[in-house]
Amino acid sequence: MDIKTIVEKLNLQLRSAADRLNSSVTGGYTGDLLSDVMANSHAGDIWITRQVHQNIVAVATLKEHAGIVLVNACEPAKDTLEKAIAENVPIMVSDLPAFELSARIFNLLREKE
Amino acid sequence: MNLAVNASEHSDKYSFEIEGGNFNAAGTVSTRLKSILKQMGLPDDVVRKSAIVSYEAEINIVSYATKGTIQFSVNPESVVIDVWDEGPGIPDIELAMQPGYSTANQQIREMGFGAGMGLYNIKTYSDQFDIHSEVNKGTHLKMVIHRNSDKK
Repeated sequence: MDIKTIVEKLNLQLRSAADRLNSSVTGGYTGDLLSDVMANSHAGDIWITRQVHQNIVAVATLKEHAGIVLVNACEPAKDTLEKAIAENVPIMVSDLPAFELSARIFNLLREKE
Repeated sequence: MNLAVNASEHSDKYSFEIEGGNFNAAGTVSTRLKSILKQMGLPDDVVRKSAIVSYEAEINIVSYATKGTIQFSVNPESVVIDVWDEGPGIPDIELAMQPGYSTANQQIREMGFGAGMGLYNIKTYSDQFDIHSEVNKGTHLKMVIHRNSDKK
């Protein structure tokens, strides 16, 4: 499944890297502790988090995540957005809380299988 | 921002300076390390483990030390990463190695760091790991990732 499908089905607001909408999403990970995300997420995951500071871009780049979704309508900080544009990492914003968003993305990915 | 990253490249040895307290640049060195290892054509697994241990070490310098250096080299058997910092040092290494133990302040924790998983992740993802620390002086970490190691 590509990012575009998830953006459309879950009404996410895309904030950066529009040219990566066709990137493939192979899984997901939810977490706000960066060490936990570093250790346990996988390449191709869509990362669901409440953290909005610029270090999330470094983690997503290092782990080769498909993109980052911020929950509870939280917007990325200004320098986060600048870094995401520079590194071409898609950041999306959802109105949903992490629990509900994770469940919906999980179901979308499972339906596809 | 001043020069948080100074890379000097001598054959297959790379060295980067890291500034303590500069969270804006945190992760830059590990991102660079990762792309260099990738360009060398090392297996994904080796690149991934090297990036994780380097990232955790980098975050530790930024969080606790005054300044530090990350140096790495690649030989036919392994990737060797050395990390030195000048800082408070670690009084009780055994305690610091325990998952969940952290001395991070509130500011560090609010950013999602300081979960007490850093050194533990470094140990888990390294094939060989050594740590030496002197209180009020600094800490030296040595991590070795084998190029044909078992997947973790």
